[in-house]
Amino acid sequence: MKVLTANRLSDGIAVWYADGGWAETVGHADIAHDKAAEARLEAIGAAAAANNEVVDVNLIDVTVIDGVAEPVRLREKIRAAGPTIRTDLGKQASPEAARAA
Amino acid sequence: MYRYDEFDQDFVHARVAEFSDQVQRRLAGEITEDQFRPLRLMNGVYLQLHAYMLRIAVPYGTLNSRQLRMLGHIARKYDKGYGHFTTRQNIQFNWPALSDIPAILADLASVEMHAIQTSGNCIRNVTADHFAGAAADEVADPRPYAEILRQWSSVHPEFSYLPRKFKIAVTGAERDRAAIQTHDIGLHLKKNAAGELGFAVYVGGGQGRTPMVAKKIRDFLPEADLLSYCTAILRVYNLYGRRDNKYKARIKILVHETGVEEITRQIEAEWQELKDAELKLPEADIKAINTYFAPPALPDRPEGDDLVKQARLDSKSFSEWLDQNVVTHRHPDYAAVTISLKGIGEVPGDATDSQMEAVADIAEKYAFDELRVSHEQNLILPHVARADLKAVYDALVEIGLATANSNLISDIISCPGLDYCALATARSIPVAQEISRRFASLERQREIGEVKLKISGCINACGHHHVGHIGILGVEKKGSELYQVTLGGSADENTSVGEIIGRGFSSEEITDAIEQIVDTYLGLRLSPDERFIDAYRRVGPAPFKEALYAGETKAA
Repeated sequence: MKVLTANRLSDGIAVWYADGGWAETVGHADIAHDKAAEARLEAIGAAAAANNEVVDVNLIDVTVIDGVAEPVRLREKIRAAGPTIRTDLGKQASPEAARAA
Repeated sequence: MYRYDEFDQDFVHARVAEFSDQVQRRLAGEITEDQFRPLRLMNGVYLQLHAYMLRIAVPYGTLNSRQLRMLGHIARKYDKGYGHFTTRQNIQFNWPALSDIPAILADLASVEMHAIQTSGNCIRNVTADHFAGAAADEVADPRPYAEILRQWSSVHPEFSYLPRKFKIAVTGAERDRAAIQTHDIGLHLKKNAAGELGFAVYVGGGQGRTPMVAKKIRDFLPEADLLSYCTAILRVYNLYGRRDNKYKARIKILVHETGVEEITRQIEAEWQELKDAELKLPEADIKAINTYFAPPALPDRPEGDDLVKQARLDSKSFSEWLDQNVVTHRHPDYAAVTISLKGIGEVPGDATDSQMEAVADIAEKYAFDELRVSHEQNLILPHVARADLKAVYDALVEIGLATANSNLISDIISCPGLDYCALATARSIPVAQEISRRFASLERQREIGEVKLKISGCINACGHHHVGHIGILGVEKKGSELYQVTLGGSADENTSVGEIIGRGFSSEEITDAIEQIVDTYLGLRLSPDERFIDAYRRVGPAPFKEALYAGETKAA
């Protein structure tokens, strides 16, 4: 299973593609379950990069726990949460992330 | 310290205007990311895991209080209230919005600072001994030469697209505190028998995936020949350095593959063409630059001895701080102070906005307005009257920056690692924090003595692990973090690359392993005077391997 991630052009904040837009948290990102869906996400990412909305677009592996997407690799877990040594910063510090957790 | 002349100021303002325009065009979608990336990198803007990162140059690690205050202001206004001092005497901000960067650069320019050439395949910030101008053991202040190199290398048309990045370090003392032998060019400022100033020149040092100790290619280069000789080195490198493979593109590989003798011949031949031409430094120019670095007038303050003696009796913690973080100054009534950014369990090299402002106030009040950033990620007050040491200490206690651990095991160099960095393969800061907490007792740290512990979160080695007495390299193995330990590295006048001691350790095991290494050293050292690195050089890796892995061999 994969989701589409990138960093927003204007401020560099990590974002994930969800519901036709870019969300600041990974939990409810659109999930590709097969190659065809991955290709669709990739095309969306390429278009968004070409449209100067985001940079550094990538598909990343996720698992779904209780209906919420969670990145597989540590690197992506940290991107999705914030620095592990500063839990007051990044997504993990926001009320939305706190609710998701 | 150096003040911008009209040319410098115009140049920096012009660059701010140019890059601001480029940022606006990027945000408006007029240029693509592929077009913009090299432009932003030339101006110190990276993209990391969570956001952009801005790396600001601190030339040869020298700052005044106005500049440090501005860094505090930037941390507060545009970032998240802190900055990270790096192993190249620079500072990085981890969260700036691209749209704010023009304003940040304008603020920096107002205090004669910028982020030019803090990235890219060009000559980077020239680093220097952080005690330059203050050290009792120095022949002369190396910073005027670093400044000459800065002026020469800034947007140098011939050397702006090198095969790879290029780093120069300068020291003015026999005891090398600038790690010059780990640089592309290392310069040791010295005097010859006739009392003239010049440089021992080292070439081809570096860390990363292929660590190499620089080779000395000249024992004495007259100071007037500094630029012609460096130009000759860069020319040979620019011409023959590999461009086909990023990992083999540094000058260390060229020196290694060509051989020291042959590359020296090539450099000397190139230099013969250059040495008596326009790059020869006129004595008047050297003098003019030197005047910018004229030391502050240090009035005699002989009352310091008695005051320090009394304060020592009154406060054990002041006394310990004095022993550990205060070093001899060339003026007997003064001292140089290391402000540790390595509080127990803290993030190495991080300082908050208010700490920066408070340190700036201390520097203004007690240290002739001078500050340094060390490559070991601490701040330095180079000139403090001994009579004022207690006041400085008290002020540092108030802001939580009086940890008395300079050169001890918790004075850890650490790169940002996977908590921030897009290149990292493992976290390094949490490892530093756990080791720091394990060895929290100052008494124990002092019993262990000098240990340089350095941690990198990937093979690029920004955390200098290759040259740590104890080095830790974090890698990713089968989806988990694994920490490889090297022993016996050092980054001083006897530079050596550490040796991998054996299989790596998980994040749960690594602190225990470090403790075992330290205990092994304590058990075998000849006396408390034999430092970790000296003991390691005497006994080699065997006792440490035995302590770490013997159980496994027997079990197998």
